[in-house]
Amino acid sequence: MSEALLFLAAALRISVPYTLAALGASINERGGVINIALEGMMLHGALAYTLGAFWTGSAWAGVAAAVLAGALTGALHALVTVRFRADQITSGLGINLLAAGLTKFVLKAVFGSSSNSSRVVGLPEWHVPGLSDLPALGPVLSSPLVLLTIALVLAGHWLLFRSVFGLRLRSIGERPAAAATLGLSVPLYRTLGLLISGALAGLAGAWLASEQHSFTDGMTGGRGYIAIAAMIVGKWSPLGAAAACLLFGAAEALQIALQGSAFPNELLQMLPYLVTMLALAGFIGRAVAPAAIGVPYDPEEHA
Amino acid sequence: MSSPARRVPRAARALLVAAGPLASVALALGAGALFILAIGEHPLQIYGLLFRQSLGTGYGLGQSLFKATPLIFTGLAVSLGFRAGLFNIGAEGQLTLGGFAAALVGAGLAGWPAPLLLPLCVLAAALAGGLWGGIPGALKARLGSHEVINTIMLNFIAFALVSWWGHRVFQPATVRTATIGAGAHLARLDALAPALRGSPANLALALGLIAALAVGAFLFRSRRGYELRAVGLAPGAAEYGGISIGANQALALVLSGALAGLGGVNFVNGYKHFFEQGFAGGAGFIGIAVALLGRNHPIGVVAAALFFGVLGYGGLVINARVPKELVEILQALVILIAIVVQQVIDRMLRRLP
Repeated sequence: MSEALLFLAAALRISVPYTLAALGASINERGGVINIALEGMMLHGALAYTLGAFWTGSAWAGVAAAVLAGALTGALHALVTVRFRADQITSGLGINLLAAGLTKFVLKAVFGSSSNSSRVVGLPEWHVPGLSDLPALGPVLSSPLVLLTIALVLAGHWLLFRSVFGLRLRSIGERPAAAATLGLSVPLYRTLGLLISGALAGLAGAWLASEQHSFTDGMTGGRGYIAIAAMIVGKWSPLGAAAACLLFGAAEALQIALQGSAFPNELLQMLPYLVTMLALAGFIGRAVAPAAIGVPYDPEEHA
Repeated sequence: MSSPARRVPRAARALLVAAGPLASVALALGAGALFILAIGEHPLQIYGLLFRQSLGTGYGLGQSLFKATPLIFTGLAVSLGFRAGLFNIGAEGQLTLGGFAAALVGAGLAGWPAPLLLPLCVLAAALAGGLWGGIPGALKARLGSHEVINTIMLNFIAFALVSWWGHRVFQPATVRTATIGAGAHLARLDALAPALRGSPANLALALGLIAALAVGAFLFRSRRGYELRAVGLAPGAAEYGGISIGANQALALVLSGALAGLGGVNFVNGYKHFFEQGFAGGAGFIGIAVALLGRNHPIGVVAAALFFGVLGYGGLVINARVPKELVEILQALVILIAIVVQQVIDRMLRRLP
């Protein structure tokens, strides 16, 4: 029993960055903008956390810097795809390449190494009465970012499906021209969606850097792409995406648990990607993207 | 993409086609200069050093050509997909598997004579890449599932697959295969052009140029190529004209994957003579930049691949003064700026009478 709980705790811990990034993507993609840039947003967030914590000595300053860096990266994606209406997939890939180069460049300039930073502080643990004393799950539920992630998923779900903002954003993702006819600004909502998504992915980066107490080159290791996968498997819904992230986190926890055994780890590594392809192909329910996703909104075309 | 440009005369059109990419490169180099300044170096000196060393010496030129070779293949791969209206982000995985297959064949049949072994290696690379491109191709054609996501996922699956298979075929405590037989070697170019002495440029470059010619002939001189482009430009109209959308999409991704897979012979057969994990080093992704800058035309792709090859080697040259990651930043900036510039130009053209 306690072993199962320990496993759940490990899966929960691993799934935190996936969940934050996938949550953001669920929100912004509902507005009709594809976000392949999660990896880059996360990487920028991780570096910003490290720099913030390094220069101020405060983990929370690092978190603020990470959120800001992520949001700025979202703003760049918005500038290219919303303001200039350029291709969203290409922009996302370009941003990921930019982040890979830029973070190493800054790392070298600040820390004199292109592979890792100096050691920085991590986030403190909170003693939450009731939660922190739970068996096995206590430590993970004492982490402020884990608690924040759970709260954000619930808030994100409410925002997307119960708030006026969410209703408007979703209508823009389905029928931008119709939404514009009602007086909604398509560029404004899409940009806001990307800022939210960037901030959350930045926070995911902060978690990674805080856990590791440093920044290392390419430390996101494809997690942004796994978050996209989770968003698809979760059908562009925060709760669904969070469940998918927990599943992927469990697959990774299993890899760690099985390390050294005869079971080929690589097969478990493939799991998130295979599940996503199956979901896209319609074998696991149907994962249907918002109708207007990927299409730049050009008011002249609808004039 | 070319429809708005059709209203202007031919010469002006060619200029317009090249104007976007050239302006994008200039703007990217300009933005890159800010990073050089931030480090406290002089942009013109650094760029001068970069281009002099990678173009001005025989060795540097050879290095640039070597770096450009896989980009020709991946650039062609991505552009062929674009022509059919498909975005192949899987070139990195296809390239990896192509190199892996070439090495397995080259090492497994090491004693075979060159006239048999070399073509078999090349074929294996193309088949492995083609197979890996065929999966999203078939899924797109049969189920309509999005090739972008599937090709991204298949990249990671390819990496995991190679690691898994590697337990059996990698040399103890390494991530490389055994050495391929001498019959599988592609000759170094410095055997023909002594000026390139010591550089790893090899006959894979010639193979890349042949591939570019073949892609050009296929796209613009063959019926299949016409059908493929028709599906890319106007799928509905193409289907009404009796062209199968699904079959052409699947074909495009198979060919695209095969082209990317072929790129693997540059490293495996032409340079190291074994497969090593991570050899692709992002060439699959830079292929997207190559296709964009080359405007999906084989001539443009070759030119853009050479440019990125020069940048790739140039980064190593300047590393003592400016972090070589400047080049990665430049590559990314070219991508982001090129898609914006193209939008602006297209919009300007649409406003022309």
